Amino acid sequence: MARAGWWSTVAETLDARPVTGWAMTRTLLGARLRAQASFRGSFAVDLVSQFAASLVDFAELYVLLHNAPVIGGMNLTQAGVVFGLSTLAFGLADLVFGQLDRVDRLIRAGQLDTLLLRPTSLLLQLVTADVQLRRLGRAGFGLAAYLVALAWAGVTWTPANVALAVIAPVGGVLIFGALFLASGSLLFWVLDGGQAGNALTYGGRYVSSVPGAALAAPLRAFYTFVVPTILVAYVPAAVLLGLPLPALLWPPMAWLGVPVGVVLWGVVLLIWRASIRHYTGAGG
Amino acid sequence: MRAYGELVVSGFRRYSRYRAGLVAALFTNCLFGFIRASLLIATITAAGTTVGGYDALRASTYVWVGQGLLGAIPLWVVGEVAERVKTGDIAVDLLRPVWTIGQWWAVDLGRAASQVLPRLVPMVAVGALTTGVALPRRPEGYLLFVVSLALAASLAFFAWLLVNLLALWVTEVRGYLNLFMMVLGLLAGLIVPVSWFPDWLRVADSWTPFPSMFQAPVEVMMSSPASAQIIGTQAAWLAVLIGVAQVMLVRGSRRLVVNGG
Repeated sequence: MARAGWWSTVAETLDARPVTGWAMTRTLLGARLRAQASFRGSFAVDLVSQFAASLVDFAELYVLLHNAPVIGGMNLTQAGVVFGLSTLAFGLADLVFGQLDRVDRLIRAGQLDTLLLRPTSLLLQLVTADVQLRRLGRAGFGLAAYLVALAWAGVTWTPANVALAVIAPVGGVLIFGALFLASGSLLFWVLDGGQAGNALTYGGRYVSSVPGAALAAPLRAFYTFVVPTILVAYVPAAVLLGLPLPALLWPPMAWLGVPVGVVLWGVVLLIWRASIRHYTGAGG
Repeated sequence: MRAYGELVVSGFRRYSRYRAGLVAALFTNCLFGFIRASLLIATITAAGTTVGGYDALRASTYVWVGQGLLGAIPLWVVGEVAERVKTGDIAVDLLRPVWTIGQWWAVDLGRAASQVLPRLVPMVAVGALTTGVALPRRPEGYLLFVVSLALAASLAFFAWLLVNLLALWVTEVRGYLNLFMMVLGLLAGLIVPVSWFPDWLRVADSWTPFPSMFQAPVEVMMSSPASAQIIGTQAAWLAVLIGVAQVMLVRGSRRLVVNGG
């Protein structure tokens, strides 16, 4: 009798503790992060290589501005604000959502079916499955560049400017995150389409990290109204620095990062759902 | 010799199968081409009429020919050999009765060849219709370009091979591969033309094989008067890299332990 009682207590305890999304996230994420921290040497090289990647990205801007003092209405310090803001936002989005555009590997290997069978959201599992702490290297470089360039560029720190400087990276993370999810959704329809997804994510990052006025007008229109990454860094930076904006862009658009990011997430989540419904397992 | 020929053909066949991937790659190459051409032309306009010997037309040619070579010349992480060391599959490669490095090289040349026309022709066409391109007027120009491209693709293959072979000494090379990709992209002249670099970087770079891996065939396609010299430099570097790779493989395989059977 006592024995049956013991079993039923265990069963009740388990029943009484439904695994919530939050607890699930914490458990999955904790396990991943501990795993990465245990390979110190490899992790250090990874972190350095992410830092170097940002340095090379910046080298491009440096070389261009070495040949012409002002490009797209910005000098090196001012372009540094754009670059830092863009790199910070992309680094953070990449840290959390960067593996979504690699869902094709899971599909090819037939591993997606396993994830779909588990009683928790696919998105949550994918996001927690491969959070790469090494990507902090990029975000860290971005944050440093952003702060240093802002300090050198001589921004007038009105309350509005302080608010904009803080809220702009948040909008950027939302926009880049949605683009990673869109890029991942594409793979459910065209398995080899990863390269096209790169036009959204890495192309978007590239455009967002340079003075937008230097781009040809059709490109500027595409990356403002279709893939809105010019709004991530160039527009907020130009407003913070008090610089004029080219055609198609207006100063109030500097505040659009967060609202556009939220709307984009809404749209992309619908596409993501449709994509999962479209998926047919190979029966493995 | 026939074995290598077959390997080249098999590499060509294998990599010409990915049609959807090709279309996706062309779309992205095209968009990046517009961004890069836009930035270079904006820089030239801001600086005056030329930068590092490039006027707007030359810069546009550099961008579109370069975008067209992205498939043929491996500039993104190539980790196959390192993966084979990790899994032990390299034992099979070492046992084959052919030159070990030669078999990988042959397959990669086949892969490169499959990517030349489908990637280069559309990109140059897009360039010609938008920002403009200046191509060789005479057939010899294209012949030199093909030679220079084959050398560049081989050099990039060997450069990646050297990093991959590090796997014989260290267990995880992913960090090194990522790091190398960054260095390669910048120093080979993918991101900005090598002649635009600040002097210190340009001089340092000219002592490395990197410009021979990407900038060289682009310069030859733009009918550089120094084409013969460029190709000579490429050939010399190729001999050096083949030697280093061979030494690394021989030394490294003495340490190699493959478990299982």
